[in-house]
Amino acid sequence: MSTIAAPEASPGAAPQTPWVTPRPQQLLTLATLLASGLVSLVVVRFTGVAGFDGWAITFFAVSLLLAVVRSARAGSKERTDAIMRVTVTAAAAGAFVPWLSIFGSVIVKGYEGLQPNFFTQDMRTTTPDDFLEFGGAIHAIVGSLLMVLIATVITLPLGILSGLYLTEVRGKLTFLVRFVVQSMSGVPSIVAGLFIYTTYVYGTESFSAMAGALALSVLMLPTVARTAEEVLKLVPEDLRSAGYALGARQWRTALMVVVPTVRSGLTTAAILGVARVIGETAPLLLTSLSNSSLRINPIEGPMASLPTYIFGYLQIGTEYAIARAWSASFVLLVLVLVLFVIARRFGGKDKR
Amino acid sequence: MTVIYNREDKIFRGIVTSGALTSLVVLGLIGLFLFLRGAQIFNDNGLNFLTGTNWTVGSEDGTVPDEFSIGAMLIGTVIVSLVAIVIAFPLAIGGALYLEFYAPQFVRKPLVTMLDLAASIPSLIFGLWGIEVFTTFGERWAVFLNHRLGFIPLFGVEFENFGRSPFIAGCVLASLIVPITTSVAREVYSRTPRDLVDTCYALGGSKWGAIRAVVIPYGRSGVIGGAMLGLGRALGETVAVYLLLNLVFSYEFRILESAGGNVASLIATKFGDATPYELKALVAAGFVLFLLTLVVNMTATTIVQRSTPRA
Repeated sequence: MSTIAAPEASPGAAPQTPWVTPRPQQLLTLATLLASGLVSLVVVRFTGVAGFDGWAITFFAVSLLLAVVRSARAGSKERTDAIMRVTVTAAAAGAFVPWLSIFGSVIVKGYEGLQPNFFTQDMRTTTPDDFLEFGGAIHAIVGSLLMVLIATVITLPLGILSGLYLTEVRGKLTFLVRFVVQSMSGVPSIVAGLFIYTTYVYGTESFSAMAGALALSVLMLPTVARTAEEVLKLVPEDLRSAGYALGARQWRTALMVVVPTVRSGLTTAAILGVARVIGETAPLLLTSLSNSSLRINPIEGPMASLPTYIFGYLQIGTEYAIARAWSASFVLLVLVLVLFVIARRFGGKDKR
Repeated sequence: MTVIYNREDKIFRGIVTSGALTSLVVLGLIGLFLFLRGAQIFNDNGLNFLTGTNWTVGSEDGTVPDEFSIGAMLIGTVIVSLVAIVIAFPLAIGGALYLEFYAPQFVRKPLVTMLDLAASIPSLIFGLWGIEVFTTFGERWAVFLNHRLGFIPLFGVEFENFGRSPFIAGCVLASLIVPITTSVAREVYSRTPRDLVDTCYALGGSKWGAIRAVVIPYGRSGVIGGAMLGLGRALGETVAVYLLLNLVFSYEFRILESAGGNVASLIATKFGDATPYELKALVAAGFVLFLLTLVVNMTATTIVQRSTPRA
């Protein structure tokens, strides 16, 4: 046992920051990673192990080996710790790599077909096999936006009412409402489509964008309701008391104090709902189907949307058709991304 | 404290309450309508609808009778979802632990954003990526599994095709449900009382020691709930499975064989040119799927809510 030396408190000495990893150690870690990566590359080059997956697994094995060797002099506790550090990191990498791959391939494969005509023309005079300079997806983009718009108009008020019930009215059914909303978020999208098919499409005897929008509403409602509740919960109790103190009834307080306070948060709720459903395919295959020309009448006749567009052209399976599907995926993913960023911007506003 | 509401308030409360009950009504209507439209099928086929492996459209003259049953698809649904959850669970736990305890600050923020974003990638894009990109890797792994572990019936195959198998579909579904499971797990782990973790360190425990002794036991039920939410999503997934699996109507337990299917993709596949009676069978299948996912989701919700006390 050695005595612990008190830190030198000489004036002018750099302040000690034991919680920061020192630069040399950071460099060492980096060098180790690079070296293991290179070793794995060599293994992939000269043995039967092949491909990116082979490299990744070799990399994992090498890192694991290094961890064991390095902690050899320490106790078994340190060894387990080192092994688990590598394992957990590898599992995390395994979780994240597919998404990176998805983003990457959508960009790489969708880029080619993204020419101006993709956003200005529909497919009424173009066959799927035509060169990518002809035809486009404007009908699908418009169709998607239209359906999502209708779905938002339907679900936003209902979602807000649901949130108000849980935060303002606080009735006896609070638990039930919360539970049902949560369970409803797990309804398979195809079941929602089937539901609208057996009711609305049966009733009107026509596939239509309206039917598609209704199916999307079923899927969108839980997201909007839950987010609205979360947002309304952030309203300080003081504001309500202030409303009552001014002599306002509950309904005036709720509608003129509580709701306006979280207006941007409720926008977030709507946006998150839209992001949730804009890529839904299965319900639209049963309700709004697809077509190839730009239409804006939501009541009658099939209407294309980005998901059914992608799905349809993927099924055709020829080179240019698949390229069109990738381009539409690119547009869809960008839409989701934009919605997501906007939601974050708005969401941040209320909290701080 | 008794609160007295006047008429205006009562109207307001009535409107809000009925608005809040819409979701309950819709959920009930879904069950009711699917059941009513599919009732004839349950009546005609009885239990055979759930256990049989036949999907035959009868001929017009009636020499070949209609026969519809979803036993094979139910098994297929369970198998694909199980493959997905078995792969996704360790990855999600690893991901959550990494984000909460291992990741350096500058990595964590972008990764958390990406996690949220990944949860909103449409499943169609997962399916597209699955057939166009992932299949190459999936087939390689399938061949490897088959050659090394082929003696286990689960990994055996009849035809050495290896594409479009429940295994590959399961892998893609796994990457689809990892985001939701990871974010629930992360949420639960982040609620671990900080002083308990610090106590572990103070007693000389390593990081893994603290995780094993405190974090994992503390978050167990919440994480299981999260996994079940993922499972619910996998059970009801349509397009990704549609794109990645060939529908084959037989009991199939070999996950590397190019055969399988699930209830949701059955509905999507047969819907387009179904006869009126077949449509009823599809609706009945939808009803079964609805019940199945509802049970899984309600269980999951109960577990998650119980393990995370609400403020």
